[in-house]
Amino acid sequence: MEIDPFIFRLSIFILSIFVGYYVVWSVTPSLHTPLMSVTNAISSVIIVGAIIAALAGSSKEIFSSSSIFGYVAIVLAAVNIFGGFLVTQRMLQMYKKKKDKKK
Amino acid sequence: MISSNLSAICYLISGILFILALRGLSSPDTSRQGNYFGMSGMLIAIIVTFLSIGSLSTSLIYVLVLLLLGGTIGAFIAFKIPMTAMPELVAGFHSLVGLAAVFVAIAAFLNPEVFNLGISGKIKLASLIEMSIGAAVGAITFSGSIIAFLKLRGIMSGAPITFLGQHYINLLLGLGIFILIFYLCKTQSANIFWLVIAISFLIGVLLIIPIGGADMPVVISMLNSYSGWAAAGIGFTLENTALIITGALVGSSGAILSYIMCKAMNRSFFSVILGGFGADGSSANSNAQTDKKPVKSGNAEDAAFLMKNASSVIIVPGYGMAVAQAQHALREMVDKLKKNDIKISYAIHPVAGRMPGHMNVLLAEANVPYDEVFELEDINNDFANADVAFVIGANDVTNPIAKTDPKSPIFGMPVLDVEKCKSVLFVKRSLSPGYAGVDNELFYRDNTLMLFADAKKMTEDIVKNLD
Repeated sequence: MEIDPFIFRLSIFILSIFVGYYVVWSVTPSLHTPLMSVTNAISSVIIVGAIIAALAGSSKEIFSSSSIFGYVAIVLAAVNIFGGFLVTQRMLQMYKKKKDKKK
Repeated sequence: MISSNLSAICYLISGILFILALRGLSSPDTSRQGNYFGMSGMLIAIIVTFLSIGSLSTSLIYVLVLLLLGGTIGAFIAFKIPMTAMPELVAGFHSLVGLAAVFVAIAAFLNPEVFNLGISGKIKLASLIEMSIGAAVGAITFSGSIIAFLKLRGIMSGAPITFLGQHYINLLLGLGIFILIFYLCKTQSANIFWLVIAISFLIGVLLIIPIGGADMPVVISMLNSYSGWAAAGIGFTLENTALIITGALVGSSGAILSYIMCKAMNRSFFSVILGGFGADGSSANSNAQTDKKPVKSGNAEDAAFLMKNASSVIIVPGYGMAVAQAQHALREMVDKLKKNDIKISYAIHPVAGRMPGHMNVLLAEANVPYDEVFELEDINNDFANADVAFVIGANDVTNPIAKTDPKSPIFGMPVLDVEKCKSVLFVKRSLSPGYAGVDNELFYRDNTLMLFADAKKMTEDIVKNLD
């Protein structure tokens, strides 16, 4: 009997939860804030859905009701992607060791 | 146009890059590299999406313009935001992820053909369930995060809002969503779909309003988790591996952080969700303040003298330090002490800031090297050997009553063993209790010297006296 593709996706999902569990426990507590901002940025990969929705309109009808939701979602997700990664980068730049004092 | 097999593999690669991004955070050395992995994962996912659509209509220009618009706004916020406002920022960002999930789900519902989900009015059953769960969780994340944002920002009072039968209403609404999704599957009616989203928005609000300001670290982590599950729900709908992997990662990450925060406050996850903490603290502290116990208070000169003659000093910072913007003055004080060959370390309680790891970021911003900063379990034994503990802006996390009095609301909460130091310097404006509304026994100990002043002003005065 053929296996439903849904089961494959479910397997990926469950295994990723386990990967996430072990990876996140190994994150040092001092980096928990950057962890939250970076998870925020990567969860905005939802933008792929928004792009598909936005580009669905034919050239005659660019703004169908469903593509408008796509356009708005693109803006929301883009704010998150750039904001999330850049603020994480900004935070991580601050973490310095004792030795490399620049001043 | 690239084949769907190739694009699926590319999405898998970006999923793996996201795992590596989180993996990098295991140490500050590798973290920057990890962030680049994350960025490249995102870039791959976006490019592959464009390529897989192939027939690019004129709407491509709009998409790129909007991408750039959102990106500019995001970049602007990222560079402008002060580090003390990180909790609000993260809450705000969560709300955007939630809303984006809702909008993508709506788009998929209105135009299922583009997503290969069947045709409008005859959407595949599994897809319909997945997208309505994604939309519901996304909507809860959105409105919940907005409330958390307003509370953190101080626009809304941090006091818990409770009313009779609150939890039953939440329960009923939650059950209602399941029933509605069931009917949605039977009828495919758009009105029911809208109703599911509307009720979910309402649940998000009702879920967060009873939670007090002190529990915000848990709430932010919890919403972090929700935003992940919403993304995963949409990932199933779109049959997109990158989204499924990311959603699972973010979901479990948020759940672990909530667990760590709950443990650090010795609160069960359920009691946080049910809320109301901090509302009944006022009665407990009023009678505590009536019996006047002797308190030793000193000035900056005494503090400077004590620290100059110490050989090791442990600094215990709390959120109050950040509010007073004292971290840079503190760093100046530490520099002077280091010149006198005094060993300095920082002790951080998991709930020292207003979100997990917040205090570490604030200290890093003030140029404190991260290898001088220690977590509670790593430093707690060192207090007995240290000469001076300098408590600045922290309160509840140093209260020895959490170890001794089973009747205290904070009993069992892990605390820093500050009282074991030879002497304790406690910078505080007054003897008022902290968030938990519990009087701090440490104030009345023989080895405690209270420094009544604003944290920043006191630290600056100490710096002057160290010369």
